[in-house]
Amino acid sequence: MTMRHIMAKSLAPTDGVREYLAAQEKKSLLRFLTCGSVDDGKSTLIGRLLSDTKQIFEDQLAALERDSRKHGTTGDDIDFALLVDGLEAEREQGITIDVAYRFFATPKRKFIVADTPGHEQYTRNMATGASTADLAIVLIDARQGVLRQTRRHSIIASLLGIRHIVLAVNKIDLVGFDQAVFDRIVEDYRQFSRDLGFQTIVPIPMSARYGDNVTGRSDKTEWYSGPTLIEHLETVSVDEAVVELPFRFPVQYVNRPNLDFRGFAGTIASGSVAPGDEVVVAKSGKSSRVKRIVSYGGDLAQAAAGQAVTLVLDDEVEISRGNMLVSPAARPQVADQFAANIVWFDEHALLPGRSYILRTETDQTSATVTDLKYRINVNDFAHEAAKSLEMNEVGICNISTRTPIAFDPFAENRTTGAFILIDRISNATVGAGMILHSLRRAENIHWQSLDVGKHVRADMKNQRPAVFWFTGLSGSGKSTIANLFEKKLFATGRHTYILDGDNVRHGLNRDLGFTDADRVENIRRVAEVARLMADAGLIVIVSFISPFSAERRMARELMADGEFIEVFVDTPFEECARRDPKGLYARALNGEIKNFTGVDSPYEAPENPEIHLRTLGKSAEEMVDALEHWLNERDIAEDQYDSGGGI
Amino acid sequence: MTTALTHLQRLEAESIHVFREVAAAFTKPVMLYSVGKDSSVLMHLAMKAFYPAKPPFPFLHVDTTWKFREMIAFRDQMAQKLGFDLLVHVNEDGVRDNINPFDHGSNTHTHVMKTVALRQALDKYGFDAAFGGARRDEEKSRAKERIFSFRNAQHVWDPKNQRPEMWKIFNTRIASGESIRVFPLSNWTELDIWQYILQESIPIVPLYFAKERPVVERDGMLILRDDERMKLRPGETVENRLVRFRTLGCYPLTGAIESNADTLEAIVGEMLTARTSERQGRLIDRDEAGSMEKKKREGYF
Repeated sequence: MTMRHIMAKSLAPTDGVREYLAAQEKKSLLRFLTCGSVDDGKSTLIGRLLSDTKQIFEDQLAALERDSRKHGTTGDDIDFALLVDGLEAEREQGITIDVAYRFFATPKRKFIVADTPGHEQYTRNMATGASTADLAIVLIDARQGVLRQTRRHSIIASLLGIRHIVLAVNKIDLVGFDQAVFDRIVEDYRQFSRDLGFQTIVPIPMSARYGDNVTGRSDKTEWYSGPTLIEHLETVSVDEAVVELPFRFPVQYVNRPNLDFRGFAGTIASGSVAPGDEVVVAKSGKSSRVKRIVSYGGDLAQAAAGQAVTLVLDDEVEISRGNMLVSPAARPQVADQFAANIVWFDEHALLPGRSYILRTETDQTSATVTDLKYRINVNDFAHEAAKSLEMNEVGICNISTRTPIAFDPFAENRTTGAFILIDRISNATVGAGMILHSLRRAENIHWQSLDVGKHVRADMKNQRPAVFWFTGLSGSGKSTIANLFEKKLFATGRHTYILDGDNVRHGLNRDLGFTDADRVENIRRVAEVARLMADAGLIVIVSFISPFSAERRMARELMADGEFIEVFVDTPFEECARRDPKGLYARALNGEIKNFTGVDSPYEAPENPEIHLRTLGKSAEEMVDALEHWLNERDIAEDQYDSGGGI
Repeated sequence: MTTALTHLQRLEAESIHVFREVAAAFTKPVMLYSVGKDSSVLMHLAMKAFYPAKPPFPFLHVDTTWKFREMIAFRDQMAQKLGFDLLVHVNEDGVRDNINPFDHGSNTHTHVMKTVALRQALDKYGFDAAFGGARRDEEKSRAKERIFSFRNAQHVWDPKNQRPEMWKIFNTRIASGESIRVFPLSNWTELDIWQYILQESIPIVPLYFAKERPVVERDGMLILRDDERMKLRPGETVENRLVRFRTLGCYPLTGAIESNADTLEAIVGEMLTARTSERQGRLIDRDEAGSMEKKKREGYF
């Protein structure tokens, strides 16, 4: 390949450049996304916008022509979709997998556009693009009308706080530029979206491929009198007056280079601040005043929403990352229970009771969904009862966090009202949440402080509380070993209690079945009971299959440090099936029992149990000996089990 | 969500936010310093983000041993002036095997001396987060990448399975051995970079400004003969021409453009009328279609 080196064109005079840059300075920025169903022409539209606004360089155009011949779907014409479908897999399959960000400018405005995928399986990537956008272009193929993905994307855009929609009725050339088709689609969309809270919906008939009504007015749609797409994008006002909202400053980083300087760094989420202003620490209620707004170029006289600054306060108040400095006049809510909209991203469904990591802009805690109130049907907005939330589904949940977080309802503040959920084991981002309101019971029910504490109760029994959590397959020997272990402890004067899986299912958990969701709830309840019993000073032995590591981890986190002892009763599946003391394996293998652990429901073996009992070829007595041996070996035994040794 | 902030102020705030997030959430971050204009801006933003403290992480330069001499001089000068902790890593295996762009081609050279060298350095120091100066407007596969971009323990990027990235809430959680590449300049364009350099008076390598330089015309590109390691082919001559560079890399792989732009204003003026992208002057991007994505999956920045 030979290519002539490039000679730059004649230079613009320096004065012209300065004027140009001054004009650039005054331009506003609009962030928008394109969304809609597969093949409705999203990528083609962006290619058209980039091309018509002269953002494509000659070498890129040459590459595009080459690619169009190789992968293109538009015959001899340039396939603009290939400009944005930047991944190899996308070009080979002719689809968009992930969001692409593109940049262009007109004399009036600068634009960042997110081109998002239409396939349902990549909805999370569409949500990624929507989360930072102020406007959505919803594309519709004029031949197809409003489709399921059109609705799903519109609902997600609405949930994520987008208030401005352009309804791009695309491929209008393929329906003969027919106004009746256009009007019908617009009417359908308005009907469907009337409860989605959009402030503006601007429908435009267009052909992204040929450019009709994109940057230039089409002479084939004389019946249309509205703006072209670019006219509308250049002039639409999406300003939300976040500067007018109460001051919110999530503390991101404590800057402490030496003993003389302690600054709180973060990005102002809303409102503004100036030296001398009173501010309150959201979680503690302590107040102080802003002494300085420190910046590299010198202290600032004031700072407002969107700026990343460092604040120095008058007093030495205790503030760490995750807390928030706020206006004393209008404080955020601080709660550990709230209701939220959730969009679920992961192929493993959301399960009520399972513990996830909840992350706001700067805070992090663990959280469980205590109640999945309903799922939203994206076709008709029907509220449907659900026990879990599958990938790409949207639902309303009650959430309980381990420690309180400071927040505003998402409808009032897009920055302080949002969170993500992270899987504890894979670290995947599994969901996004928009807070609706705190739950009243969280505000009104406070912890009652009791005078007789856990240690007093344990001391009276001459023991240290502990939870021995036996996990293993059905028939692995958990109950037998637990029973024998308790007898030994009892014989040495210990106060104990066994929580057995089968027994608890006859009472407390009688209402639960064996689906994944019910198994999680089963464990959550038992873990809470075990925690209460440990609090009462008892040594608790839990004997539960507890197949999921996430729930065992949740149970561990409920207990005090060192109090949770995971005992893996490790008997191979074949041996359990051979023993089959309750005849369950035979029935499960025959398909008579559904969701049986080890057969058609998974068992996640512990990776680092405190005690690993390999039972094959050993007696229950030998296993209990191993347990006692483990206990006697602990250094902590002597320090913390004050009298009598052993336990 | 608009305020009275200008376009550049918004970009600056976003980048500073990203820097601080990494400093708060990771135990051993590093900034990849490649000495070019984007690195200069990145460095400036890092200084701003942590002022009055210094950036709480070292700067790492992966030296292919084929960088322009003026880049190395500038690098050492900046390290001294700003007082940051500079680490320089060279793939000694590559040096031993005398891997070079002339005999082995740009692909092999870049893979061994840049991609492999980078992986070596990250493993050697055990960094869990690495800042890079890549921008989404540079190239199609970059346009697809997250600001916080996950890498598995083998430093591999899986473009088909990126973590969702919602709002400014970044998922910074990784398991041992895994890492995150972080791109604070993701949403900046080439014009934004120049405008910011002008506005903030950020020092850049003099190679960006036009000057008479000894160049050789080869394969349609103007190559600056920076040292004697570049042997002339039959018929080639070195001539002094008024040239400058739009991007900087290894000198045998980086084409100059003829230009008389010797001020920042003139450079911006030239950019505004340019009809080719800045990566056009880079041999390494043209070797094959989708070559950047391939390099990135292998661990290139």
